[in-house]
Amino acid sequence: MKFYDSLSIELSRPGRKGYSLSGEWSSHMADIPASLCRESAPALPELSEVDVVRHYTNLSQMNFGVDTGFYPLGSCTMKYNPKINEEIASSSAIARLHPLQGPDTAPAAYEILDLTDKALQEITGMAGFTFKPCAGAHGELTGLMIMRTYHLSRGEEARTKVIVPDSAHGTNPASAAVCGLEVVVVKSGEDGLVDVESLRPLLGPDVAGMMMTNPNTLGLFEKNIEQIAALVHECGGLMYYDGANMNPLLGAVRPGDMGFDIMHLNLHKTFSTPHGGGGPGSGPVGVAAPLLPCLGVDSSGFHGNFTVIVKALSYIMMLGKENLALAGRLSTLNANYIKEELRDCYRLPIDSVCKHEFVFDGLINDGGSEGVHGATTLDVAKRLLDYGYHAPTIYFPLLFHQSLMIEPTETESKDTLDAFIAVMKKIAAEAAEDPAMLQGAPHNTPVSRPDETAAARNPILKWQDAVQ
Amino acid sequence: MSKVQEGLLYSESHEWVRVEGPNAFIGISDFAQEEMGDITWVDIPDLDNVMKGEEFGALESVKASSDLYSPVTGTVSERNTDLEDAPELLNEDPYANWIIRVHMSDPSELEDLMDAAAYEAFIAK
Repeated sequence: MKFYDSLSIELSRPGRKGYSLSGEWSSHMADIPASLCRESAPALPELSEVDVVRHYTNLSQMNFGVDTGFYPLGSCTMKYNPKINEEIASSSAIARLHPLQGPDTAPAAYEILDLTDKALQEITGMAGFTFKPCAGAHGELTGLMIMRTYHLSRGEEARTKVIVPDSAHGTNPASAAVCGLEVVVVKSGEDGLVDVESLRPLLGPDVAGMMMTNPNTLGLFEKNIEQIAALVHECGGLMYYDGANMNPLLGAVRPGDMGFDIMHLNLHKTFSTPHGGGGPGSGPVGVAAPLLPCLGVDSSGFHGNFTVIVKALSYIMMLGKENLALAGRLSTLNANYIKEELRDCYRLPIDSVCKHEFVFDGLINDGGSEGVHGATTLDVAKRLLDYGYHAPTIYFPLLFHQSLMIEPTETESKDTLDAFIAVMKKIAAEAAEDPAMLQGAPHNTPVSRPDETAAARNPILKWQDAVQ
Repeated sequence: MSKVQEGLLYSESHEWVRVEGPNAFIGISDFAQEEMGDITWVDIPDLDNVMKGEEFGALESVKASSDLYSPVTGTVSERNTDLEDAPELLNEDPYANWIIRVHMSDPSELEDLMDAAAYEAFIAK
């Protein structure tokens, strides 16, 4: 990979141009009041067209995404995003809509929302969705606001406790805290599942609800879910489903049938829209019928990230019912295949059939001995970069010290999985022989290990400081 | 192995207290700084009073962010704001760098804290 770190401003030369505003434009300048005109030109880079094209092409080659390689980032469902989604979403009929347009001028846009709503209802067993939330955590907050509104509407102000398993995504307790609710953690048992006996004593008239991810962050199906939902409902609480791990359940099980009352989906994960790097996402929230009157809580304006919703609908309609169910099953098969192939080299803390992802707890032989530090999960992840793979999720979930969480998704072929497995085995052999080599990885990337401490203590926040 | 300094009192949330008359100097233990890793941010809000067991500030490291809990109740008489510009001091020598000085209103609260031997056993668990 060619190293490229130029800033456009460094390439700039006075007078160089790629495009000139025509005379027609400058004649409009006279219409702008003098008070709104700037006195001097802004310090924008001056570049020719070829400079701009090469600059951004070079920058794009410093990137890694699902379009360049395998991206087994656990809990993120980095499946391939079919290009037909992009084509539909970027058509002018959709891309040029204004967010303030109503059903009178954009009836088709509202039909898209309605169709997506109905599809998601069928997939999840919920009675209706709001599309306002722009990502999963935003959905969680919206869902908890709905939960709170529901309890308040029944005069149950004292319901302020939200129960969250110790394996939960960090956003669950964070969303509950932002919503002004009190977080109570319930322990997992030896099998990695919520321990029902630890849950019982936490239930009471102060419980607003329980948040669960199923399959959980270990990739394991919470098989006691019906019993858990019944217990939470018995004490008057509601069940919230974190849809981050919905992928393996597509067409197999519905959160509504498991007893959940409120849920969000991550359209950008399960329904194949580009994500990573912070967005754009879409986290629609669905509710069971008794909660429909509370669905209107206003958590944002407009209808969320509309084009992401369009891409998700495109994906759903392209696959259809039968193939969506196949996506869920194949994601499960792919994860189990990698797990079984690698369990001789990496420690498998909980030995059971997983769903779409699983967690290793570091290397079985890390190469460590008296006076020699063994290779850690971080070192394995860094070494993967040398072989051209995106690193898995590491050090999450917090249940283990060396968590390494792999989610292949259904869109990868057996050839890709086999190549990845071979590299993971090779890295395990390298660790056993020479852990120090792994501790220095990556060796082949343009940047090796960034100094995170220096970056946090003395961040460079302006390009002027970077150029100096 | 984390260092535990003799002559200090320790809380279960890993703060230490050095008592000088009515004054309590409060910092974090070597175990705490080791667990956190490189500390990158120290936040010491300008509080008038602190309550035993309540937050008096926060630390951030490359690994985690963590609230600071006061082991005693009293008036905050001084804040070590040098740490805000040099958070690495807490990693370099956590016992030489106190975070706040509190004029205690109830010195009997000190009886709830651990001495060095008890704290050493506590972190060995």
